[in-house]
Amino acid sequence: MNADAVAVSGVVDLVGVGALGAVAVALGVAVFVVDSMARATFALLGSFVAVAGLLWTLGLAYLGAVTVLMMTVEMAVMAVFMVAFMMNPAGLMPMTMVHAGRSAAAVATTVFVVLVVGVWVVDWSAVVAGASTATGDGMGPTGSAGAAMVEPTLQVGRAVMGSHMLVMLVVGVTLLATILAATVLATDRGRYDRFGDDLSRRRPDDPVTGGLPR
Amino acid sequence: MTAATVLWVVVLALLLPILQTRSLREPLRSGARLLAEQPRRLPAPDVLLGRLAVVLVPSAALLALAVVPVGFAGAAWLSTSADLVWFNAAEVLLWVAWWCAGWSPNSVLPLVGAYRFLAQGLSYELPLMFSLITVGVAAGSLRVSDVLLAQQGVWFVVVMPVAAAVFMCAAAAFASWGPFAGPMGRDLGGGVLAETTGPARLALSAGRALFLGVAAAMTATLFLGGPAGPVASGWWWLLLKTVLVTAVMVALARRLPVLPPDRTVDVAWVVVLPLTIVQALVVSVLVLRGVL
Repeated sequence: MNADAVAVSGVVDLVGVGALGAVAVALGVAVFVVDSMARATFALLGSFVAVAGLLWTLGLAYLGAVTVLMMTVEMAVMAVFMVAFMMNPAGLMPMTMVHAGRSAAAVATTVFVVLVVGVWVVDWSAVVAGASTATGDGMGPTGSAGAAMVEPTLQVGRAVMGSHMLVMLVVGVTLLATILAATVLATDRGRYDRFGDDLSRRRPDDPVTGGLPR
Repeated sequence: MTAATVLWVVVLALLLPILQTRSLREPLRSGARLLAEQPRRLPAPDVLLGRLAVVLVPSAALLALAVVPVGFAGAAWLSTSADLVWFNAAEVLLWVAWWCAGWSPNSVLPLVGAYRFLAQGLSYELPLMFSLITVGVAAGSLRVSDVLLAQQGVWFVVVMPVAAAVFMCAAAAFASWGPFAGPMGRDLGGGVLAETTGPARLALSAGRALFLGVAAAMTATLFLGGPAGPVASGWWWLLLKTVLVTAVMVALARRLPVLPPDRTVDVAWVVVLPLTIVQALVVSVLVLRGVL
């Protein structure tokens, strides 16, 4: 590839990143503008999909695809819970996602400023070099040529299953415990409802059969 | 080449009587009728999300198709370092699409159908992911081209029959086909599609059928060797396998009753999910011992 082609692809990438970033921000704003829970949920999903597109533009195919996958499931489940549990049954009446507007705006602005300053102040070349030595597998980029050779998907896998395994395990178990605890707290049926006041019932009395003999 | 020619003459000879039957003309006829039909609209619909669903169901099917090697040269439209995750992400867009389709008409039965799809999704999604992971582990890559290379010796359906069966069931579930047609069930008067008429209904139904075909092509690619055949490998083998898988799925679907989604949850989480994890474990051990 000659220098002109590199420059053109650089410009195309820049325009793509800019457009996707604009879409992500616009849909993020739309979350707080629209008056329906369903629309707010899927505006947020659209914002995440635009971020996944950004990851894709940066050559991170796996992270982009997995972001779409996870966020779509999450938003679909969130739509169920928002419609079921929040103050606006069925979501058909006008609503707003903005509560405590002034303090929320202050927090959001502060976080945004901190992140933007961080992006421009941090010396990313040093961070990348540190990360590649931290994986400690001899696969890390040894220079600018080496960085392009290693597949990002492989790098992520090695980091998750290598130097960052402890973090991933702790996060995974914590999330699982949180989900279980939230489910236990949210359900209105406990073991006394299922097995009787003295827990003597042999078969639980469940309103939904589930599909397997109990 | 001669063997392949003979094979195709036989296949065409078998297909010819079907071409003349009503069963093949009927989709064309009803499709044309839907195109001309006056759309029906209930009070206060969510038009925006309804349109999103109409666009998203067929587009998600095409996005999933992009990583299936259906090209004449045996190549997919798109090859990335994470094809299997791409396919999964395209499939999961259906969760949003069908929920929006059921939400938008402002009617009870479509919304119940939409929630059925999500309930079914929570049953099939994790087993589907584990069957895709098993394929990726055996191929040592998430690329579909590497999966095909890894099947040059033996097809993955032999190595991982559980993953193949689970993938086919999940495919029927995300296409809402056969026993998993609850979201569009007749007990709900058509469920998600109960209030949708005209071109919108055509787009949604076509997208659903397209997804079944894409899933069959992916089954043939991931587990049946794709375009590889005993003689004269090429795209015609993938087409033949895809047609056969589709035929099996359609034939089974006609013989099995529709399962209520609340009866699939326990089975999926207590029986199928552990089975897929054991399948992934067995394949991982085979890979580590150098058998694969």
